[in-house]
Amino acid sequence: MGTVNKDFFERRDFNRDFQRGGAPAPGWEEAAKSGETLVPTHCCFCGVQCGMHLKVKGGAVVGVEPRDYPHNLGNLCPKGVVAYQQVGHPERLRQPLIRRGGKGGSLEPATWDEALDLVVSRWKALQAEHGPDSVAVYSGSSMTNEKCYLAGKFGRVALRTRHVDYNGRLCMSSAGAAYSKAFGLDRCPLPMTDIPLARCILVLGSNIAECFPILTSWVWRARDQGAKLIVVDPRETASARTADLWLPVKPGTDVALLNAMLRWAIQHGRVDERYVHERTVGWDELRATVEPFTPEHAERICGVPAERIVAAARMYAEASPSLIMHARGIEHSTHGVNNCLAAINLALARGQVGLPGGGTMMITGQGNGQGGREMGQKANQLPGYRHIDRDDDRAAIAKVWGVDPAELPGPGAAATEMIGLMNAGEIKSCIVMCSNLMVSLPDNRQVASALAKLDPLVVVDFFLSETAERADVVLPGTVWCEDEGTTTNLEGRVIKINQAAEPPGEARRDWEILCDLAARLGRGEWFAFRSARDIFDELRRATAGGIADYAGITWEKIDAQDGVFWPCPSENHPGSPRLFTERFNHPDGRARLVAVPYLPPAEEPGGDYPFRLTTGRVVYHYLSGTQTRRLAFLNDQAPEPWVELHPAAAERLGIASGERVRVRTRRSSMEVKALVTPTIRPDTLFVPFHYGNKQAVNQLTNSASDPGVKIPEFKTCAATIERLGTTEAPAAEPVRNFDARGTPEMFPYSTGEGRSPDEDESKTY
Amino acid sequence: MAIHTLFVDPSRCIGCRSCEAACRECDSHKGESMIMVDFVDRGASVATQPTVCMHCEDPIAPCAQVCPVMAILVTPEGVVQQADTSRCIACQNCVYACPFGVPKIDVAAKLMKKCNLCYDRTSRGLKPWCAQVCPTQALWYGDYEEFSLARRGHAVRRTGFGAQEVRTRVFHVLPDGTARLDVAGLLAEAQQDLGRAAPARREAWVL
Repeated sequence: MGTVNKDFFERRDFNRDFQRGGAPAPGWEEAAKSGETLVPTHCCFCGVQCGMHLKVKGGAVVGVEPRDYPHNLGNLCPKGVVAYQQVGHPERLRQPLIRRGGKGGSLEPATWDEALDLVVSRWKALQAEHGPDSVAVYSGSSMTNEKCYLAGKFGRVALRTRHVDYNGRLCMSSAGAAYSKAFGLDRCPLPMTDIPLARCILVLGSNIAECFPILTSWVWRARDQGAKLIVVDPRETASARTADLWLPVKPGTDVALLNAMLRWAIQHGRVDERYVHERTVGWDELRATVEPFTPEHAERICGVPAERIVAAARMYAEASPSLIMHARGIEHSTHGVNNCLAAINLALARGQVGLPGGGTMMITGQGNGQGGREMGQKANQLPGYRHIDRDDDRAAIAKVWGVDPAELPGPGAAATEMIGLMNAGEIKSCIVMCSNLMVSLPDNRQVASALAKLDPLVVVDFFLSETAERADVVLPGTVWCEDEGTTTNLEGRVIKINQAAEPPGEARRDWEILCDLAARLGRGEWFAFRSARDIFDELRRATAGGIADYAGITWEKIDAQDGVFWPCPSENHPGSPRLFTERFNHPDGRARLVAVPYLPPAEEPGGDYPFRLTTGRVVYHYLSGTQTRRLAFLNDQAPEPWVELHPAAAERLGIASGERVRVRTRRSSMEVKALVTPTIRPDTLFVPFHYGNKQAVNQLTNSASDPGVKIPEFKTCAATIERLGTTEAPAAEPVRNFDARGTPEMFPYSTGEGRSPDEDESKTY
Repeated sequence: MAIHTLFVDPSRCIGCRSCEAACRECDSHKGESMIMVDFVDRGASVATQPTVCMHCEDPIAPCAQVCPVMAILVTPEGVVQQADTSRCIACQNCVYACPFGVPKIDVAAKLMKKCNLCYDRTSRGLKPWCAQVCPTQALWYGDYEEFSLARRGHAVRRTGFGAQEVRTRVFHVLPDGTARLDVAGLLAEAQQDLGRAAPARREAWVL
């Protein structure tokens, strides 16, 4: 190796050190010993829950270092790299706030006693006058299992209200219901480390590159070994760009595509007859249902050429193991459950579910989106996926909690339904934890009016979110690394979050706040927890014998074996990374094939609304952006929303890239910058949803939701786009197949999740 | 401790800028990234490309060769360092000499800044930050043999600029069968597409 920069005065030549020793300059080794400690933990953001080390010095979190954990192997996405900057962030809430002088007043600092007493006295008065169900709990899934568990228990035992639900309603409810229906168990059936075994990966409605960057590396590991990649997405995402096949379907039409692919597999002898015969029920009806879905028929519905549909069917059905990965793209739909079932049908017909590297994989979005939906903070569930309307389940939990089973409330309203009940005056107060309703719920004018009717609206958060801004009482909570506990990632792997810092100012851990509120409500004896570990131990007992069985999981075991996959019924059980290898979780051990017809989305283009508006994410932001919009590096990359439209549409409307335009739906309109790019269908518009107030695309979205699980249809509604000079309001209405009020079983609610009578009988999930 | 090298595969890049976020975490240039991720043309595609120092081997470090104050060091392993802050006079010679557009001048600080392959980490057996975090491993750290066993694509370390060719420590990953990255050739092709005359070939100027 030659070199340059040899100074002819040797003593002046500082290059000499390098030439001689080849060692780094002195000082670097010492720098590494400068009193920093590394706290092993996980990222607070998406469902992948990457392992990371937080660098702590003098009690402050000063940085991040890689942690070689089995599912991220030391890699991190940009959100993970800067996550630590939330600790000590100047905008953190450091003391309770009270809106003095009623709704018109301003939020002013208060003491904990003042704030909690105010909340409790108001709740007691409301519940005495209007019954226990007048107060609701709206919780979230981006917090530890311990907190999620406590939120459910707080609602049912301290407040004794039936209205307990959480933001996972907007996230995993349709996939969860589909997996329960088909497999009898709601969990991703295989670990991420299985992905490289797949020979073909079909990605349905997931921008994995931006939403789950670390998952992308597993897809690439499969591709390095020759796996084919098919991406179904109306946008050419970074994953679709290099895929073997990209199917830009019209948003909301996936069932037609999937049924057509299954029909092709049947016609070409690609069905695993033996598997279907031995391990499933419902084949004949399914076969008859998909029969009309010729590639040409699907082409007319989905808007992709029949040849591409056949190519996708061939590529998928000729490979084994083959893996279907799906996320919100197909799940945020008025037929979200059906979409997932259509995907499951395809995988079951190919005999893939249960094979290492094969089957279907739901990609849970929120940090603890998996654990959050098992812990009993769902409208119709108790811990461990138990049913709140089943006597044996109620008795089991009542025993753990030490209450009379008759005291436990029944099923309540789903999160999306709560808005209607608040507007109708049935819910009069609500405690919101770990959620930002003003950004995350559809048609947010309704949300604004609902929240304004609440007295008090209580928000527990660590930043003043758009929802907290409207609260009557704001209670400062903690970010993830100021507390400890467990989360369950998208694989079903239970992992441990460790504490690296103390809460700032007077902020308190969320579980401490709930316990304190419970004590002031006179229910303290059921909430005598002194640590997160106490809660975890009770949670283990509560889930024991349930479907999501945590009984055998201990914090020590999580550390010793790099996470434990539930179900784990006893301490000598190693956990269950791969599910359904021999039997499914229904009593007969067989999977259910559920024939699903094609149903159109609630609203379709027509009249003066010629486009389909779809919403989604960018890699720099997480959910409602409460956290990521406050982290400078992330916000600099995507400081405001934009609308993506195709050059053909832009040319027709005279819109230039970079111009501010107005996007309008039947509900409202908003001004955004236009990004003209051919990476989207010409009949589709895309706006990212992470932003608040005037920048929230959820001003425009449709609140129609799945009749069963009430997940809203974020992913398609009829829209138009116009230049700013245009003043004429559109007159002709789009095609409206149904709306929120027209959906069967929507309002008034009966129970949180509608079920057919025969399912009600068997209730195996 | 042997220092390995980087493999840059733009086909895997998803433009997430995790590398930039991580690069900014280094205590020696906190808040500033020495790696750049750019959209190739967002009006046409979502394709993105990360740019790191290629650590030129032959000709060795053009930036260092033109440095009038000998501020840019090359370590025995061939890692081209950022200009030493006590010597750099911000003359920008390195900026003009670099064939890849890597060195940047911090006008306020009057200093040149560029990637040094995280010498503080790599010399101690760690990966450089960018490859450490890269979610798709579009930036991959290791050796050629390891790379060709584990990955698809053709790792190429020769880049042609007309008659001048540069061999670099860092590899680009190109489609199979591409012997070298021919920048001038691609430029000529693009100009022919636009109906313009191809630029004249010039003599190599650094040997």
